[in-house]
Order: sequence, then C-alpha cells, then structure tokens
Amino acid sequence: MRHIIIGAGPCGVVAAETLRKANPMADITLIGDEPVPPYSRMAIPYLLIENIGEEGTYLRSTEHYEKQNINYLNHRVSSVDADEKVLTLDDGSTLLYDKLLIASGSHPISPPIEGIDLPNVHSCWTLDDARQIAAIAKQGSNVVLMGAGFIGCIILEALVKRGVNLSVIEMGSRMVPRMLDEKAGGLLEKWCIEKGVNVLTSTKITAIKESGDAMEVETDGGKILKADLVISATGVRSNIAFLEGSGIDVKAGVVVDNKLQTNIANIYAAGDVAQAKDFSTGEYEVQAIQPTATDHGRIAALNMAGQSVEHHGSVNMNVLDTLGLISHSFGLWMGVEGGDSVEIYNPDAYKYMNLRFGIDEEEDVLVGASTLGMTQHIGVVRGLIESKIHLKEWKERLMQDPTRIMEAYLSSTQELDNVI
Amino acid sequence: MQKSLHLDPAKCTGCLQCEMACSYEKLGEFNPSRSLIKVFTFHEEGRFAPYTCTQCDEAWCMRTCPVDAITVDMATGAKLVADDKCVGCKVCTISCPFGTINYVQETGKVAKCDLCGGDPECAKACPTEAIVFIDSNAHGYDRMKAFAEKSLPSANAT
Ligand SMILES: Cc1cc2nc3c(=O)[nH]c(=O)nc-3n(C[C@H](O)[C@H](O)[C@H](O)COP(=O)(O)OP(=O)(O)OC[C@H]3O[C@@H](n4cnc5c(N)ncnc54)[C@H](O)[C@@H]3O)c2cc1C
Ligand code: SF4
Repeated sequence: MRHIIIGAGPCGVVAAETLRKANPMADITLIGDEPVPPYSRMAIPYLLIENIGEEGTYLRSTEHYEKQNINYLNHRVSSVDADEKVLTLDDGSTLLYDKLLIASGSHPISPPIEGIDLPNVHSCWTLDDARQIAAIAKQGSNVVLMGAGFIGCIILEALVKRGVNLSVIEMGSRMVPRMLDEKAGGLLEKWCIEKGVNVLTSTKITAIKESGDAMEVETDGGKILKADLVISATGVRSNIAFLEGSGIDVKAGVVVDNKLQTNIANIYAAGDVAQAKDFSTGEYEVQAIQPTATDHGRIAALNMAGQSVEHHGSVNMNVLDTLGLISHSFGLWMGVEGGDSVEIYNPDAYKYMNLRFGIDEEEDVLVGASTLGMTQHIGVVRGLIESKIHLKEWKERLMQDPTRIMEAYLSSTQELDNVI
Repeated sequence: MQKSLHLDPAKCTGCLQCEMACSYEKLGEFNPSRSLIKVFTFHEEGRFAPYTCTQCDEAWCMRTCPVDAITVDMATGAKLVADDKCVGCKVCTISCPFGTINYVQETGKVAKCDLCGGDPECAKACPTEAIVFIDSNAHGYDRMKAFAEKSLPSANAT
C-alpha cells in the first residue's frame, strides 16, 4: 500500500507517524514544498524573540523520518489525478498512490489595498517570512501590524519583545473579536496600551505609500503612521488551488466526512486545509488551529490504515499570551441563545472568566468558555465540553463560583459522592 | 510491568503531604502551589481528591506540541516535558482534557507529573494510601483514567 501525504506541517507529520505505528510495513511518503525540514509555524514567535534558533522550530529531529522509514520528499505537488491515482510534482515527475492524505495547510490572505505589494509589507506565516521580519524589526524601528486577530495577537508579543515601536490596526471593534467578547477584548486592549502598544480598533488601513526609505500607512480615520515594516495578519485560506480539476469536493477547504475522507474514496484531508466537523456547532468548517490539525492527522491516518475511527468534531480553542496576559477561548464561548452563563469580571486585576451552558437536556452541560488572566487546569474546560458531562448540582456551584471547574470535573468523573 | 499512580479520593484526608513532597522533589523547597499533584477540596461533601496526570495513552499534549518537547519515558510510560525544548506556547495546556499540564509563569514553560522517574515521591509521602504506585493492570486501576478517557469522543487509542 502506497500512502502519500501532501504537506509536511504538524498535521502531515503526525499522520505519517500514526500510519507508521499502525502499520509497520506501510510505504509512507511525506511531501512538503518548503525549503526547510518540516517545522511548526506556531514556533515562529519564539524564533522572533530569539528564544530558539531555526532548528528549534523543527517538528522532529532531521533523522527522525529516516528512522521511522518515512520517505520525505521536498517537492510541490502540482496536481492530483484521482482517476489514475497519480500525483504530478513540480519537476514534472509522477507518483502513484493507493491512499492519499491532503494536509496542505493554509496560506495568509491580504486585503486589496494600495501598497500591499511593497517590499517591506510581509505576512508572518513561514520561516522565510520570519527571516525577513527579523531583518527589519529591530530595536526602535516602526512596525505596523495589520489585524489583531488570533495570529496578529500571537506575533504582537514577539514584536514588542524585539523592541520595535508597534502600532496595531484592527478593523473590528476590539482585539481578537473571534476569540474574546467586548469585556475581555477590551481588557486586552487596555493592557496592550499600558504596555506601550499603539492599538487602533475600528480602524481600516486605506493605503500604504512609500516615503523615503520607509512607508506611510494611511487609515480611514485620517491618521498617517510611519512604518519601516508592515505585517499583514488579516486571515488565512486553505491551500486548495492545486486540487482544481481533480474532482475533489472543495468549498472553503476540502470537504470531508466523519472519517475525514473526501468525496473520493481513499483520499482524505486533514488540518488547516480540511473543512471538517466542528464539535460544538456540528457545522463543517475550517478551524486552522494546531490541536485540530494534529487530532485530524491522527484520525485520518488511522482510517487510511484500515481502521474505522470516527471524527466526532473538534472543539475550537485558542490560548494567547499577550505580554504576560493569558487568554483562552473554547467551543461556544459566545454562548447559545437561552443557555445560562456565569461571569467573573475584575478589570482592575485583568481577570475575566465566562462559562456557557447549553439548553434543554444540555442545560447542565458546559458548551463554551473564555478566560483572561487564568492558567491552572485550563485544559479541563476542553474535557468538560467534549465529554458533555452532565454537571448536575455542580452547575449551580459553578454558577456561584466558576473557578471550580476542576472540582466539577473530578466530582463528575470520579463519582466522588458514591465512593464515600 | 508498567506501574501507574492510583488515586483514591475516598482515602484522602487532605493532609497535603503529597503536594509538599512533590514540590520538594521538583524544586528543592516546600512550595505546594507549584506541586504537580494537586489535592482538590470538596467542602460541601467534606471530601478531598488528589489529582495528577494519568500518563494517558492518547497524550494529546504530546501530539499537539509544535516543537517535540514532550516525549515518552520508555521505562515508565510517563510523558516528559523537556525544559530545554519547551517554548512555553501553552497549546498543550488547552489540549489536555484533564487539565493536568500547566503553564508556570516563573519559568515560562509548562510542567506536568513525570512519575519521578519511576519512584513517585507523592505515593511515598501519602500516609493513607490514597496515592499508591501499582501495576497498571491491577484491579480497579484508575477509575479516573478509564472513565474519563472513554467519555471523550476524540479518544481513540488503538
Ligand atoms: C505565527 C503563527 C503562530 C501560530 N500560533 C498558533 C497557536 O498558538 N495555536 C494554534 O492553535 N495555532 C497557531 N497557528 C496556526 C497553526 O500553525 C496551524 O493551524 C498549523 O500549522 C496547521 O497545520 P497543518 O499541518 O494543517 O498546515 P501547515 O502547517 O500550513 O503545513 C502545510 C504544509 O504543506 C505545504 N504545502 C502546501 N501545498 C503543498 C503542495 N501542493 N505540495 C507540497 N506541499 C504543500 C505547505 O507549504 C506547508 O509546509 C499559528 C500560525 C502562525 C503562522
Ligand atoms: S508549552 Fe512547551 S510542551 Fe507545551 S506544547 Fe508548547 S512547547 Fe510543547
């Protein structure tokens, strides 16, 4: 059986390893098009603050693939012929497969504004981007970050730590609008401003113009900001262009079923490229987060190996550290209509927590949460959401004191009351 | 035969000897707030429950780590965090559905139970056998693990 994985990011690498474990004899080829060993985009912020070198971003040691008998090819797949089960690579060569995994990830997109193609306007998505950013973002340089979404906020800290003068421009009315509500997003903004970051929300960049050695960034509010570097972090799209004409069903991403299989038998998709089930909404969406990419990679690989493992949907979740203020969101963090919720809001201490419960027979089930300024035992929020545990009397207790999530979980899973 | 920590809330008196022993082993000082095993209090029932990582087979933390900082100790089965590799991204802390890998602000990295290399101090310190280190296959092994792991739809350990 020839197994081919397109894309050597975290999803592709976990899939290759899972396949190897499930089938010691399988023929496994992992194809990645970036001119570096398989690495994690997530590690880029730590490269930018020089906590690690480039090798520190690598997903595994370089010998790992050979040791695991995974054939790693540094090529770009240019097309897929699903009828003949053959891939064409960038050098014109072809490869036959029996089972195929598309794990080609996503790429950043930028709005069509004047000056977006200037040489010192960059995305922060690849190691190559990171090198270019590091070359310009020095102590005292002026940097404008376009977009305070999740990725924008992830790199914000790294930029501040490099000592740049940072302005962040966000179209939405608050920072990370898809992860934090008004209150928590508002606190985050206040925190950033206190740390010396110039944050402009409800603001659009209208043009970027060359001005001597640097640039001028114009906003719809009539502001003009000097910039040596503009970083665009305005969203991502799945890498699906090379699948055109293959017959593989694509919408926002590659549409997959509950086995992460596409509309074509023996072709699977996983990670940032896959439009798969969201645990909370039941809708098929592209989540584009690391935990989903690695969970997908594993499930797709087990199905490719001939097991039958269902994907029940991934819980959308994020953790963000913004200059020391840590925030999280999980599942339906905005709540469901008619569902109960409980909130702690202590702006002076930069603390926020919101738990959201379901409705009807799920009225005592946790369906979402967001927090600011908390770290301990936070993963249990995922556990509570995903196991749909009925909290019973613990719901009321959480309504009184939402910080007792761990006690609620333990009590519900260890049946404490019964062992007395 | 691999051994596991077996935690029995029914036997726990809340004396916190385990937290003391753990922090002393890991930090060289008594600092229960940094203990990797935690005793939770249920004042309504007058109960206590010691809790730490079950070294679960799924190892969501290990799978999601972007930089290969979490590995399996082949001798004990424990999932170990390599401090020199961990970048402190915290993605493991949200991925672990048991909430047993935590970010430590003081170090900028995460910490979790490593079974003390196969001789866990908490079990030795516990005066009531609420924490014992026993064969993984022994009778009654880990309600917590069995129940919790099965209740998660994304768990599909093979
Ligand atoms: C700066 C930064 C910080 C981030 N931080 C976080 C975070 O804190 N938490 C979080 O959850 N997520 C974070 N993310 C998102 C996370 O990195 C992605 O969700 C994750 O990388 C998805 O993994 P993947 O394997 O699906 O895709 P990718 O990592 O994108 O890997 C896909 C690979 O396939 C290659 N490829 C594409 N097309 C082809 C082709 N035709 N042929 C061959 N190869 C191809 C791509 O070049 C790429 O190398 C961050 C992303 C960035 C950029
Ligand atoms: S916090 Fe450290 S151990 Fe956890 S996922 Fe990030 S790098 Fe890995």
